[in-house]
Amino acid sequence: MSTAISRIKKPKKNWTYFFIALPLMLLVVLFHYVPLAGWYLAFIDYKVGQPILKCHWVGFKYFRMLFSSRDFGRIMGNTCIFSTYYMFMLLLPPLFAILLNELKLKRFGKFSQTAATLPNFVSWVLVYSVFYAVFSSDGIVNTLLGHFGTSQKWMSSKKDVYWFQSFVWAWKNVGWKSIIYIAAISSIDQELYEAAAVDGANRFKMCLHITIPGLIPTFLVLFLIAVGNFVSNGLQQYFVFDNAIISKKIETIELYTYNKGLKLLDYSYATAVGMFQSVISIVLLFIANGTSKLVRGESIF
Amino acid sequence: MIVGRESPQRKVFNVLNFFLFVIVDIICLYPMWYVFVQSLSTGFRASRAMLWPINFSFENYSAILTRKDIGHAVWISILRTVSGTTLTVLGCMMLGYLFTKQNMPFRKFLYRVLIITMYVGGGLIPTYLVYKAYHLNNTFFVYILPSIISAYYVILIKTFVEALPTSVEESAMLDGAGVFTIFWHIILPMCLPIIATIAIYASVGQWNSWFDNHLYALSNKKLLTLQYLLYKYLQEAQNIANELTKERQEAALQITPRGVRMTVTMITIIPIFLVYPFFQRFLIKGLLIGAVKG
Repeated sequence: MSTAISRIKKPKKNWTYFFIALPLMLLVVLFHYVPLAGWYLAFIDYKVGQPILKCHWVGFKYFRMLFSSRDFGRIMGNTCIFSTYYMFMLLLPPLFAILLNELKLKRFGKFSQTAATLPNFVSWVLVYSVFYAVFSSDGIVNTLLGHFGTSQKWMSSKKDVYWFQSFVWAWKNVGWKSIIYIAAISSIDQELYEAAAVDGANRFKMCLHITIPGLIPTFLVLFLIAVGNFVSNGLQQYFVFDNAIISKKIETIELYTYNKGLKLLDYSYATAVGMFQSVISIVLLFIANGTSKLVRGESIF
Repeated sequence: MIVGRESPQRKVFNVLNFFLFVIVDIICLYPMWYVFVQSLSTGFRASRAMLWPINFSFENYSAILTRKDIGHAVWISILRTVSGTTLTVLGCMMLGYLFTKQNMPFRKFLYRVLIITMYVGGGLIPTYLVYKAYHLNNTFFVYILPSIISAYYVILIKTFVEALPTSVEESAMLDGAGVFTIFWHIILPMCLPIIATIAIYASVGQWNSWFDNHLYALSNKKLLTLQYLLYKYLQEAQNIANELTKERQEAALQITPRGVRMTVTMITIIPIFLVYPFFQRFLIKGLLIGAVKG
Protein backbone atom coordinates (compact mmCIF):
# COMPACT_ATOMS: atom_id res chain seq x y z
CA MET A 1 0.00 0.00 0.00
CA SER A 2 2.04 2.93 -1.22
CA THR A 3 -0.82 5.37 -1.58
CA ALA A 4 -1.54 7.62 1.36
CA ILE A 5 -5.13 8.57 2.08
CA SER A 6 -4.59 12.09 0.77
CA ARG A 7 -3.70 10.63 -2.61
CA ILE A 8 -6.73 8.43 -2.90
CA LYS A 9 -8.94 11.50 -2.63
CA LYS A 10 -8.58 13.26 -5.95
CA PRO A 11 -4.83 13.97 -5.95
CA LYS A 12 -3.74 17.50 -6.69
CA LYS A 13 -1.57 17.54 -9.81
CA ASN A 14 2.01 18.50 -9.09
CA TRP A 15 3.50 20.26 -12.11
CA THR A 16 7.00 20.28 -10.63
CA TYR A 17 7.23 16.55 -11.40
CA PHE A 18 6.19 17.19 -14.96
CA PHE A 19 8.76 19.92 -15.55
CA ILE A 20 11.58 17.85 -14.11
CA ALA A 21 10.61 14.95 -16.36
CA LEU A 22 10.38 17.16 -19.44
CA PRO A 23 14.11 17.51 -20.31
CA LEU A 24 14.60 13.77 -19.77
CA MET A 25 11.64 12.96 -22.00
CA LEU A 26 13.04 15.41 -24.54
CA LEU A 27 16.07 13.12 -24.82
CA VAL A 28 13.73 10.21 -25.53
CA VAL A 29 11.98 12.17 -28.26
CA LEU A 30 15.24 13.40 -29.81
CA PHE A 31 16.92 10.03 -29.92
CA HIS A 32 14.00 7.65 -30.45
CA TYR A 33 11.15 9.50 -32.11
CA VAL A 34 12.88 11.96 -34.45
CA PRO A 35 14.69 9.07 -36.19
CA LEU A 36 11.25 7.54 -36.80
CA ALA A 37 10.40 10.64 -38.82
CA GLY A 38 13.45 9.73 -40.88
CA TRP A 39 11.38 7.00 -42.53
CA TYR A 40 10.28 9.81 -44.80
CA LEU A 41 13.62 9.34 -46.56
CA ALA A 42 12.39 6.03 -47.97
CA PHE A 43 9.84 7.88 -50.08
CA ILE A 44 12.07 10.56 -51.59
CA ASP A 45 15.19 10.65 -53.74
CA TYR A 46 17.50 11.79 -50.97
CA LYS A 47 20.80 13.25 -52.09
CA VAL A 48 23.49 14.18 -49.60
CA GLY A 49 23.75 17.94 -49.21
CA GLN A 50 20.32 18.64 -50.65
CA PRO A 51 17.65 20.00 -48.27
CA ILE A 52 15.23 17.17 -47.51
CA LEU A 53 12.13 19.14 -48.45
CA LYS A 54 13.51 19.89 -51.92
CA CYS A 55 14.10 16.22 -52.70
CA HIS A 56 11.95 14.46 -55.25
CA TRP A 57 8.95 12.46 -53.93
CA VAL A 58 9.15 8.96 -55.41
CA GLY A 59 6.46 7.08 -53.49
CA PHE A 60 7.13 3.36 -53.18
CA LYS A 61 9.90 3.27 -55.78
CA TYR A 62 12.53 2.03 -53.35
CA PHE A 63 10.27 -0.64 -51.93
CA ARG A 64 9.52 -1.93 -55.43
CA MET A 65 13.25 -1.85 -56.06
CA LEU A 66 13.83 -3.96 -52.96
CA PHE A 67 11.18 -6.57 -53.76
CA SER A 68 12.30 -6.96 -57.37
CA SER A 69 15.98 -6.95 -56.50
CA ARG A 70 17.99 -10.13 -56.90
CA ASP A 71 19.33 -9.59 -53.38
CA PHE A 72 15.91 -9.77 -51.76
CA GLY A 73 15.45 -13.53 -51.78
CA ARG A 74 19.01 -14.10 -50.66
CA ILE A 75 19.00 -11.71 -47.68
CA MET A 76 15.56 -12.82 -46.52
CA GLY A 77 16.71 -16.42 -46.86
CA ASN A 78 19.85 -15.79 -44.82
CA THR A 79 17.90 -13.93 -42.16
CA CYS A 80 15.32 -16.71 -41.88
CA ILE A 81 17.93 -19.48 -41.77
CA PHE A 82 19.83 -17.79 -38.95
CA SER A 83 16.60 -17.12 -37.06
CA THR A 84 15.44 -20.71 -37.49
CA TYR A 85 18.72 -21.96 -36.02
CA TYR A 86 18.20 -19.56 -33.10
CA MET A 87 14.66 -20.81 -32.58
CA PHE A 88 15.95 -24.35 -32.15
CA MET A 89 18.66 -23.11 -29.86
CA LEU A 90 15.98 -21.70 -27.55
CA LEU A 91 15.88 -25.25 -26.19
CA LEU A 92 19.47 -25.07 -24.98
CA PRO A 93 19.05 -22.65 -22.04
CA PRO A 94 16.30 -24.70 -20.32
CA LEU A 95 18.29 -27.88 -20.91
CA PHE A 96 21.36 -26.20 -19.46
CA ALA A 97 19.38 -25.06 -16.41
CA ILE A 98 17.88 -28.51 -15.76
CA LEU A 99 21.22 -30.28 -16.01
CA LEU A 100 22.91 -27.65 -13.88
CA ASN A 101 20.24 -28.14 -11.25
CA GLU A 102 20.95 -31.88 -11.23
CA LEU A 103 24.65 -31.38 -10.45
CA LYS A 104 25.58 -32.93 -7.12
CA LEU A 105 28.49 -30.61 -6.42
CA LYS A 106 26.80 -27.29 -5.78
CA ARG A 107 30.01 -25.26 -5.75
CA PHE A 108 30.98 -26.70 -9.10
CA GLY A 109 27.51 -25.76 -10.32
CA LYS A 110 28.03 -22.15 -9.19
CA PHE A 111 31.40 -22.09 -10.91
CA SER A 112 29.92 -23.49 -14.13
CA GLN A 113 27.19 -20.89 -14.05
CA THR A 114 29.75 -18.10 -13.77
CA ALA A 115 31.88 -19.62 -16.52
CA ALA A 116 28.96 -20.01 -18.90
CA THR A 117 27.50 -16.54 -18.31
CA LEU A 118 30.81 -14.71 -18.69
CA PRO A 119 30.91 -14.72 -22.53
CA ASN A 120 27.69 -12.72 -22.55
CA PHE A 121 29.62 -9.74 -21.22
CA VAL A 122 32.30 -9.85 -23.87
CA SER A 123 31.73 -7.47 -26.79
CA TRP A 124 31.29 -8.81 -30.34
CA VAL A 125 34.69 -7.45 -31.33
CA LEU A 126 36.26 -9.50 -28.57
CA VAL A 127 34.19 -12.56 -29.45
CA TYR A 128 35.45 -12.27 -32.99
CA SER A 129 39.00 -11.87 -31.79
CA VAL A 130 38.77 -14.90 -29.50
CA PHE A 131 37.22 -17.07 -32.22
CA TYR A 132 39.80 -15.85 -34.66
CA ALA A 133 42.51 -16.96 -32.25
CA VAL A 134 40.99 -20.41 -31.87
CA PHE A 135 39.81 -21.12 -35.43
CA SER A 136 42.21 -19.25 -37.72
CA SER A 137 44.76 -21.17 -39.79
CA ASP A 138 47.40 -21.07 -37.04
CA GLY A 139 44.84 -21.39 -34.23
CA ILE A 140 44.56 -24.33 -31.88
CA VAL A 141 41.77 -26.17 -33.72
CA ASN A 142 43.69 -26.31 -36.98
CA THR A 143 46.93 -27.07 -35.17
CA LEU A 144 45.30 -30.09 -33.58
CA LEU A 145 43.61 -31.12 -36.83
CA GLY A 146 47.00 -30.77 -38.46
CA HIS A 147 48.17 -33.80 -36.47
CA PHE A 148 45.58 -35.79 -38.41
CA GLY A 149 46.68 -34.27 -41.67
CA THR A 150 43.68 -32.06 -42.27
CA SER A 151 42.69 -28.47 -41.71
CA GLN A 152 39.68 -26.29 -42.34
CA LYS A 153 39.10 -22.59 -42.99
CA TRP A 154 36.31 -22.23 -40.41
CA MET A 155 35.82 -18.48 -40.58
CA SER A 156 35.68 -18.31 -44.36
CA SER A 157 33.91 -21.49 -45.32
CA LYS A 158 30.71 -20.93 -47.28
CA LYS A 159 29.06 -24.18 -46.33
CA ASP A 160 29.77 -23.80 -42.61
CA VAL A 161 28.55 -20.22 -42.17
CA TYR A 162 25.15 -20.96 -40.65
CA TRP A 163 26.07 -23.53 -38.06
CA PHE A 164 29.36 -21.84 -37.26
CA GLN A 165 27.64 -18.51 -36.57
CA SER A 166 25.01 -20.35 -34.54
CA PHE A 167 27.76 -21.92 -32.48
CA VAL A 168 29.28 -18.48 -31.90
CA TRP A 169 25.86 -17.17 -30.90
CA ALA A 170 25.31 -20.08 -28.53
CA TRP A 171 28.73 -19.58 -26.95
CA LYS A 172 27.89 -15.98 -26.13
CA ASN A 173 24.24 -16.39 -25.17
CA VAL A 174 23.18 -19.79 -23.84
CA GLY A 175 24.67 -19.46 -20.36
CA TRP A 176 23.15 -16.09 -19.70
CA LYS A 177 19.74 -17.01 -21.07
CA SER A 178 19.66 -20.05 -18.81
CA ILE A 179 19.61 -17.78 -15.72
CA ILE A 180 15.90 -17.13 -16.13
CA TYR A 181 15.25 -20.88 -16.19
CA ILE A 182 17.48 -21.47 -13.17
CA ALA A 183 15.38 -18.92 -11.30
CA ALA A 184 12.19 -20.56 -12.54
CA ILE A 185 13.37 -23.98 -11.30
CA SER A 186 14.21 -22.62 -7.88
CA SER A 187 10.74 -21.11 -7.60
CA ILE A 188 9.00 -24.47 -8.19
CA ASP A 189 7.27 -25.63 -5.02
CA GLN A 190 9.57 -28.10 -3.22
CA GLU A 191 6.55 -29.94 -1.80
CA LEU A 192 5.77 -31.22 -5.28
CA TYR A 193 9.09 -33.04 -5.31
CA GLU A 194 8.56 -34.39 -1.82
CA ALA A 195 5.13 -35.68 -2.71
CA ALA A 196 6.53 -37.29 -5.85
CA ALA A 197 9.29 -38.93 -3.83
CA VAL A 198 6.71 -40.40 -1.46
CA ASP A 199 4.94 -41.80 -4.52
CA GLY A 200 8.22 -43.45 -5.53
CA ALA A 201 9.13 -41.25 -8.50
CA ASN A 202 12.81 -41.15 -9.44
CA ARG A 203 14.69 -37.98 -10.40
CA PHE A 204 14.06 -38.49 -14.09
CA LYS A 205 10.30 -38.84 -13.57
CA MET A 206 10.31 -35.75 -11.34
CA CYS A 207 12.12 -33.80 -14.02
CA LEU A 208 9.67 -34.96 -16.65
CA HIS A 209 6.50 -34.32 -14.64
CA ILE A 210 7.42 -31.41 -12.38
CA THR A 211 10.45 -29.45 -13.60
CA ILE A 212 9.69 -29.37 -17.33
CA PRO A 213 6.03 -28.40 -16.93
CA GLY A 214 7.20 -25.72 -14.50
CA LEU A 215 9.46 -24.24 -17.18
CA ILE A 216 6.98 -24.24 -20.04
CA PRO A 217 5.37 -20.84 -19.28
CA THR A 218 8.81 -19.17 -19.26
CA PHE A 219 9.74 -20.96 -22.45
CA LEU A 220 6.55 -19.84 -24.17
CA VAL A 221 7.17 -16.20 -23.35
CA LEU A 222 10.76 -16.33 -24.61
CA PHE A 223 9.65 -18.24 -27.69
CA LEU A 224 7.08 -15.58 -28.56
CA ILE A 225 9.62 -12.80 -28.03
CA ALA A 226 11.93 -14.68 -30.41
CA VAL A 227 9.10 -14.83 -32.96
CA GLY A 228 8.79 -11.06 -32.65
CA ASN A 229 12.51 -10.74 -33.35
CA PHE A 230 12.51 -13.19 -36.25
CA VAL A 231 13.71 -10.69 -38.84
CA SER A 232 15.89 -8.66 -36.46
CA ASN A 233 18.70 -10.93 -35.39
CA GLY A 234 21.22 -8.20 -34.74
CA LEU A 235 23.91 -6.58 -36.78
CA GLN A 236 27.14 -6.65 -34.83
CA GLN A 237 27.80 -10.39 -34.98
CA TYR A 238 27.47 -10.53 -38.77
CA PHE A 239 29.36 -7.30 -39.15
CA VAL A 240 32.46 -8.54 -37.33
CA PHE A 241 32.45 -12.04 -38.84
CA ASP A 242 31.81 -10.78 -42.38
CA ASN A 243 34.54 -11.40 -44.95
CA ALA A 244 34.80 -11.41 -48.73
CA ILE A 245 34.36 -15.16 -49.12
CA ILE A 246 31.24 -15.65 -47.00
CA SER A 247 29.69 -12.19 -47.43
CA LYS A 248 26.87 -13.45 -49.67
CA LYS A 249 25.86 -16.03 -47.08
CA ILE A 250 26.22 -13.98 -43.92
CA GLU A 251 24.42 -10.90 -45.23
CA THR A 252 21.23 -10.64 -43.19
CA ILE A 253 18.68 -7.91 -43.73
CA GLU A 254 20.34 -5.68 -41.16
CA LEU A 255 23.82 -6.12 -42.58
CA TYR A 256 22.35 -5.43 -46.01
CA THR A 257 20.88 -2.16 -44.71
CA TYR A 258 24.29 -1.22 -43.37
CA ASN A 259 26.11 -2.16 -46.56
CA LYS A 260 23.70 -0.32 -48.84
CA GLY A 261 23.33 2.73 -46.62
CA LEU A 262 26.59 3.45 -44.94
CA LYS A 263 29.02 1.78 -47.32
CA LEU A 264 27.41 2.66 -50.66
CA LEU A 265 25.65 5.77 -49.27
CA ASP A 266 22.37 4.79 -50.89
CA TYR A 267 20.43 6.37 -48.00
CA SER A 268 16.92 6.26 -49.40
CA TYR A 269 17.10 2.64 -50.51
CA ALA A 270 18.66 1.54 -47.21
CA THR A 271 16.01 3.42 -45.25
CA ALA A 272 13.35 1.56 -47.22
CA VAL A 273 15.01 -1.77 -46.38
CA GLY A 274 15.21 -0.82 -42.70
CA MET A 275 11.61 0.31 -42.69
CA PHE A 276 10.47 -2.92 -44.31
CA GLN A 277 12.25 -4.84 -41.57
CA SER A 278 10.70 -2.70 -38.81
CA VAL A 279 7.20 -3.12 -40.19
CA ILE A 280 7.58 -6.91 -40.40
CA SER A 281 8.91 -6.92 -36.83
CA ILE A 282 5.97 -4.94 -35.52
CA VAL A 283 3.49 -7.22 -37.31
CA LEU A 284 5.22 -10.31 -35.87
CA LEU A 285 5.20 -8.67 -32.45
CA PHE A 286 1.43 -8.19 -32.60
CA ILE A 287 0.92 -11.76 -33.82
CA ALA A 288 3.08 -13.07 -30.97
CA ASN A 289 1.26 -10.94 -28.44
CA GLY A 290 -2.14 -11.95 -29.77
CA THR A 291 -1.17 -15.62 -29.66
CA SER A 292 -0.01 -15.20 -26.08
CA LYS A 293 -3.31 -13.59 -25.08
CA LEU A 294 -5.19 -16.41 -26.75
CA VAL A 295 -3.13 -19.24 -25.27
CA ARG A 296 -2.22 -17.98 -21.82
CA GLY A 297 -4.78 -15.26 -21.27
CA GLU A 298 -2.16 -12.57 -20.76
CA SER A 299 -0.07 -10.46 -23.05
CA ILE A 300 3.71 -10.58 -23.02
CA PHE A 301 4.30 -6.88 -23.51
CA MET B 1 16.16 -31.82 -1.68
CA ILE B 2 15.25 -35.33 -0.67
CA VAL B 3 18.13 -37.73 -0.39
CA GLY B 4 17.22 -41.28 -1.16
CA ARG B 5 19.23 -44.31 -2.20
CA GLU B 6 20.55 -43.77 -5.66
CA SER B 7 19.97 -46.21 -8.45
CA PRO B 8 22.95 -47.32 -10.59
CA GLN B 9 21.56 -45.43 -13.58
CA ARG B 10 21.39 -42.33 -11.46
CA LYS B 11 25.04 -42.68 -10.50
CA VAL B 12 26.05 -43.06 -14.14
CA PHE B 13 24.00 -40.00 -14.98
CA ASN B 14 25.69 -37.99 -12.25
CA VAL B 15 29.12 -38.84 -13.55
CA LEU B 16 28.19 -38.10 -17.17
CA ASN B 17 26.51 -34.85 -16.15
CA PHE B 18 29.62 -33.83 -14.24
CA PHE B 19 31.83 -34.42 -17.27
CA LEU B 20 29.37 -32.60 -19.50
CA PHE B 21 29.78 -29.50 -17.37
CA VAL B 22 33.54 -29.88 -17.31
CA ILE B 23 33.37 -29.73 -21.11
CA VAL B 24 30.99 -26.76 -21.03
CA ASP B 25 33.37 -24.91 -18.70
CA ILE B 26 36.29 -25.66 -20.97
CA ILE B 27 34.42 -24.43 -24.05
CA CYS B 28 33.47 -21.24 -22.24
CA LEU B 29 36.76 -20.45 -20.53
CA TYR B 30 39.56 -22.15 -22.45
CA PRO B 31 39.43 -19.80 -25.50
CA MET B 32 40.19 -16.89 -23.17
CA TRP B 33 43.03 -18.79 -21.50
CA TYR B 34 44.38 -19.67 -24.94
CA VAL B 35 44.44 -16.01 -25.96
CA PHE B 36 46.15 -15.18 -22.66
CA VAL B 37 48.84 -17.82 -23.17
CA GLN B 38 49.43 -16.72 -26.74
CA SER B 39 49.79 -13.10 -25.74
CA LEU B 40 52.61 -14.08 -23.38
CA SER B 41 54.42 -16.17 -25.97
CA THR B 42 57.07 -14.86 -28.34
CA GLY B 43 59.21 -16.20 -31.12
CA PHE B 44 58.43 -18.27 -34.18
CA ARG B 45 56.77 -21.06 -32.27
CA ALA B 46 54.52 -18.68 -30.31
CA SER B 47 51.36 -19.73 -32.11
CA ARG B 48 51.93 -23.31 -30.90
CA ALA B 49 51.39 -22.33 -27.26
CA MET B 50 48.27 -24.05 -25.91
CA LEU B 51 48.39 -24.60 -22.19
CA TRP B 52 51.43 -22.60 -21.23
CA PRO B 53 53.36 -19.72 -22.84
CA ILE B 54 56.27 -20.61 -25.13
CA ASN B 55 59.27 -18.33 -24.66
CA PHE B 56 57.46 -16.49 -21.89
CA SER B 57 57.87 -12.74 -22.08
CA PHE B 58 55.97 -9.50 -21.52
CA GLU B 59 57.47 -8.14 -24.73
CA ASN B 60 54.08 -7.95 -26.50
CA TYR B 61 52.56 -6.04 -23.62
CA SER B 62 55.39 -3.58 -23.19
CA ALA B 63 55.49 -2.94 -26.94
CA ILE B 64 51.76 -2.34 -27.19
CA LEU B 65 51.13 -0.50 -23.94
CA THR B 66 53.78 2.08 -24.79
CA ARG B 67 51.99 2.99 -28.01
CA LYS B 68 50.36 6.41 -27.75
CA ASP B 69 47.09 5.43 -29.43
CA ILE B 70 46.43 2.70 -26.86
CA GLY B 71 46.94 5.03 -23.92
CA HIS B 72 44.55 7.57 -25.39
CA ALA B 73 41.95 4.93 -26.29
CA VAL B 74 42.02 3.55 -22.74
CA TRP B 75 41.44 7.07 -21.47
CA ILE B 76 38.47 7.63 -23.83
CA SER B 77 36.97 4.27 -22.87
CA ILE B 78 37.28 5.05 -19.15
CA LEU B 79 35.91 8.54 -19.66
CA ARG B 80 32.83 7.36 -21.52
CA THR B 81 32.26 4.53 -19.05
CA VAL B 82 32.40 6.82 -16.01
CA SER B 83 30.49 9.78 -17.42
CA GLY B 84 27.99 7.68 -19.36
CA THR B 85 27.21 5.49 -16.38
CA THR B 86 26.82 8.43 -14.00
CA LEU B 87 24.41 10.26 -16.29
CA THR B 88 22.43 7.11 -17.10
CA VAL B 89 22.02 6.25 -13.43
CA LEU B 90 20.95 9.78 -12.45
CA GLY B 91 18.67 10.28 -15.45
CA CYS B 92 16.91 6.92 -15.19
CA MET B 93 16.65 7.17 -11.39
CA MET B 94 14.98 10.56 -11.62
CA LEU B 95 12.57 9.48 -14.34
CA GLY B 96 11.79 6.16 -12.66
CA TYR B 97 11.12 7.97 -9.38
CA LEU B 98 8.89 10.58 -11.04
CA PHE B 99 6.85 7.84 -12.72
CA THR B 100 5.88 6.51 -9.28
CA LYS B 101 4.16 9.83 -8.54
CA GLN B 102 0.45 9.34 -9.08
CA ASN B 103 -0.12 13.10 -9.20
CA MET B 104 2.34 13.82 -11.99
CA PRO B 105 0.50 15.39 -14.93
CA PHE B 106 0.46 13.23 -18.09
CA ARG B 107 2.16 10.42 -16.17
CA LYS B 108 0.53 7.55 -18.07
CA PHE B 109 1.03 9.21 -21.42
CA LEU B 110 4.72 9.94 -20.87
CA TYR B 111 5.32 6.45 -19.52
CA ARG B 112 3.80 4.96 -22.65
CA VAL B 113 5.88 7.23 -24.86
CA LEU B 114 8.93 5.82 -23.12
CA ILE B 115 7.91 2.15 -23.24
CA ILE B 116 7.17 2.24 -26.97
CA THR B 117 10.86 2.97 -27.61
CA MET B 118 11.62 -0.59 -26.51
CA TYR B 119 9.80 -1.96 -29.53
CA VAL B 120 10.13 0.55 -32.37
CA GLY B 121 13.15 2.47 -33.54
CA GLY B 122 14.00 4.51 -36.58
CA GLY B 123 16.67 2.10 -37.76
CA LEU B 124 20.25 2.52 -38.79
CA ILE B 125 20.16 5.12 -41.56
CA PRO B 126 17.62 7.61 -40.14
CA THR B 127 19.40 7.46 -36.78
CA TYR B 128 22.72 8.12 -38.44
CA LEU B 129 21.38 11.10 -40.40
CA VAL B 130 19.54 12.52 -37.39
CA TYR B 131 22.70 12.44 -35.27
CA LYS B 132 24.46 14.15 -38.12
CA ALA B 133 21.78 16.83 -38.20
CA TYR B 134 22.26 17.36 -34.45
CA HIS B 135 26.01 17.81 -35.11
CA LEU B 136 26.67 14.97 -32.69
CA ASN B 137 28.80 12.98 -35.10
CA ASN B 138 32.47 12.96 -34.21
CA THR B 139 31.87 14.50 -30.80
CA PHE B 140 32.24 12.78 -27.46
CA PHE B 141 28.55 13.41 -26.71
CA VAL B 142 27.47 10.83 -29.27
CA TYR B 143 28.74 8.16 -26.84
CA ILE B 144 26.77 9.55 -23.92
CA LEU B 145 23.59 11.42 -24.79
CA PRO B 146 21.64 8.77 -26.75
CA SER B 147 21.94 6.20 -23.97
CA ILE B 148 21.09 8.36 -20.95
CA ILE B 149 17.46 7.27 -20.81
CA SER B 150 16.77 3.57 -21.21
CA ALA B 151 13.19 2.37 -20.94
CA TYR B 152 14.34 -0.92 -19.43
CA TYR B 153 16.27 0.72 -16.58
CA VAL B 154 13.38 3.08 -15.88
CA ILE B 155 11.02 0.11 -15.52
CA LEU B 156 13.44 -1.59 -13.10
CA ILE B 157 13.73 1.58 -11.00
CA LYS B 158 10.01 2.31 -11.01
CA THR B 159 9.32 -1.23 -9.79
CA PHE B 160 11.92 -0.87 -7.06
CA VAL B 161 10.75 2.55 -5.84
CA GLU B 162 7.10 1.45 -5.79
CA ALA B 163 8.02 -1.23 -3.24
CA LEU B 164 9.74 1.23 -0.91
CA PRO B 165 8.00 2.52 2.24
CA THR B 166 6.70 6.05 1.65
CA SER B 167 6.54 7.27 5.25
CA VAL B 168 9.98 8.93 5.35
CA GLU B 169 9.34 10.68 2.07
CA GLU B 170 5.93 11.90 3.19
CA SER B 171 7.18 13.34 6.45
CA ALA B 172 9.98 15.10 4.57
CA MET B 173 7.38 16.52 2.20
CA LEU B 174 5.36 17.81 5.15
CA ASP B 175 8.55 19.49 6.40
CA GLY B 176 8.64 21.32 3.10
CA ALA B 177 11.54 19.51 1.40
CA GLY B 178 11.70 20.00 -2.36
CA VAL B 179 11.70 17.30 -5.02
CA PHE B 180 15.47 17.38 -5.56
CA THR B 181 16.18 17.30 -1.82
CA ILE B 182 13.93 14.29 -1.36
CA PHE B 183 15.40 12.60 -4.43
CA TRP B 184 18.98 13.14 -3.34
CA HIS B 185 18.74 12.60 0.41
CA ILE B 186 15.94 10.05 0.74
CA ILE B 187 15.28 8.19 -2.49
CA LEU B 188 18.83 7.67 -3.77
CA PRO B 189 20.18 6.22 -0.49
CA MET B 190 17.27 3.77 -0.31
CA CYS B 191 17.83 2.70 -3.92
CA LEU B 192 21.46 1.63 -3.65
CA PRO B 193 20.77 -2.02 -4.61
CA ILE B 194 19.02 -1.11 -7.85
CA ILE B 195 21.56 1.65 -8.53
CA ALA B 196 24.34 -0.94 -8.28
CA THR B 197 22.54 -3.18 -10.77
CA ILE B 198 21.98 -0.42 -13.29
CA ALA B 199 25.44 1.08 -12.85
CA ILE B 200 27.02 -2.29 -13.65
CA TYR B 201 24.84 -2.89 -16.69
CA ALA B 202 25.49 0.61 -17.97
CA SER B 203 29.23 0.48 -17.41
CA VAL B 204 29.66 -2.93 -19.02
CA GLY B 205 27.63 -1.61 -21.95
CA GLN B 206 29.73 1.52 -22.25
CA TRP B 207 33.01 -0.35 -21.94
CA ASN B 208 31.97 -2.87 -24.58
CA SER B 209 30.45 -0.35 -26.93
CA TRP B 210 32.29 0.02 -30.21
CA PHE B 211 29.70 0.14 -32.97
CA ASP B 212 28.76 3.75 -32.15
CA ASN B 213 32.43 4.58 -32.55
CA HIS B 214 32.39 2.95 -35.97
CA LEU B 215 29.13 4.56 -37.08
CA TYR B 216 29.27 8.05 -35.63
CA ALA B 217 32.82 8.92 -34.61
CA LEU B 218 34.96 7.28 -37.26
CA SER B 219 36.81 10.31 -38.57
CA ASN B 220 37.75 11.85 -35.22
CA LYS B 221 40.87 9.93 -34.24
CA LYS B 222 40.81 11.51 -30.79
CA LEU B 223 37.58 9.65 -29.97
CA LEU B 224 38.90 6.18 -30.70
CA THR B 225 37.78 3.78 -27.96
CA LEU B 226 39.74 0.75 -26.84
CA GLN B 227 37.20 -1.67 -28.29
CA TYR B 228 37.29 -0.05 -31.68
CA LEU B 229 41.05 0.25 -31.63
CA LEU B 230 41.10 -3.50 -31.08
CA TYR B 231 38.83 -3.94 -34.09
CA LYS B 232 41.21 -1.85 -36.17
CA TYR B 233 44.18 -3.77 -34.87
CA LEU B 234 42.48 -7.00 -35.84
CA GLN B 235 42.22 -5.64 -39.37
CA GLU B 236 45.68 -4.13 -39.54
CA ALA B 237 47.68 -6.41 -37.29
CA GLN B 238 50.34 -7.01 -39.95
CA ASN B 239 51.24 -3.32 -40.30
CA ILE B 240 51.29 -2.71 -36.60
CA ALA B 241 53.47 -5.75 -36.01
CA ASN B 242 55.94 -4.49 -38.62
CA GLU B 243 55.97 -1.05 -37.02
CA LEU B 244 56.56 -2.45 -33.58
CA THR B 245 59.29 -4.78 -34.76
CA LYS B 246 61.04 -1.89 -36.50
CA GLU B 247 60.76 0.30 -33.41
CA ARG B 248 62.38 -2.35 -31.29
CA GLN B 249 65.23 -3.44 -33.45
CA GLU B 250 67.50 -3.69 -30.42
CA ALA B 251 65.26 -6.37 -28.97
CA ALA B 252 65.92 -9.62 -30.73
CA LEU B 253 62.32 -10.68 -30.31
CA GLN B 254 59.95 -10.32 -33.18
CA ILE B 255 56.44 -9.05 -32.70
CA THR B 256 54.01 -11.00 -34.86
CA PRO B 257 50.57 -9.87 -36.05
CA ARG B 258 49.11 -12.70 -34.04
CA GLY B 259 50.95 -11.52 -30.93
CA VAL B 260 49.54 -8.02 -31.44
CA ARG B 261 46.00 -9.33 -31.81
CA MET B 262 46.16 -11.59 -28.78
CA THR B 263 47.70 -8.93 -26.55
CA VAL B 264 45.21 -6.18 -27.41
CA THR B 265 42.39 -8.67 -26.90
CA MET B 266 43.69 -9.49 -23.43
CA ILE B 267 44.05 -5.81 -22.50
CA THR B 268 40.45 -5.17 -23.51
CA ILE B 269 38.95 -8.28 -21.93
CA ILE B 270 40.77 -8.21 -18.58
CA PRO B 271 38.63 -5.47 -16.95
CA ILE B 272 35.47 -7.51 -17.62
CA PHE B 273 37.14 -10.62 -16.26
CA LEU B 274 38.24 -8.94 -13.05
CA VAL B 275 34.90 -7.32 -12.40
CA TYR B 276 32.43 -9.97 -13.51
CA PRO B 277 32.66 -12.62 -10.76
CA PHE B 278 32.06 -9.98 -8.06
CA PHE B 279 29.21 -8.20 -9.79
CA GLN B 280 27.53 -11.26 -11.26
CA ARG B 281 24.77 -11.30 -8.66
CA PHE B 282 23.78 -7.69 -9.42
CA LEU B 283 23.53 -8.46 -13.11
CA ILE B 284 21.41 -11.53 -12.45
CA LYS B 285 19.15 -9.54 -10.16
CA GLY B 286 18.59 -6.94 -12.85
CA LEU B 287 17.72 -9.63 -15.36
CA LEU B 288 15.24 -11.31 -13.02
CA ILE B 289 13.38 -8.15 -11.93
CA GLY B 290 13.04 -7.28 -15.59
CA ALA B 291 11.77 -10.75 -16.42
CA VAL B 292 9.07 -10.61 -13.76
CA LYS B 293 7.88 -7.29 -15.14
CA GLY B 294 7.70 -8.81 -18.61
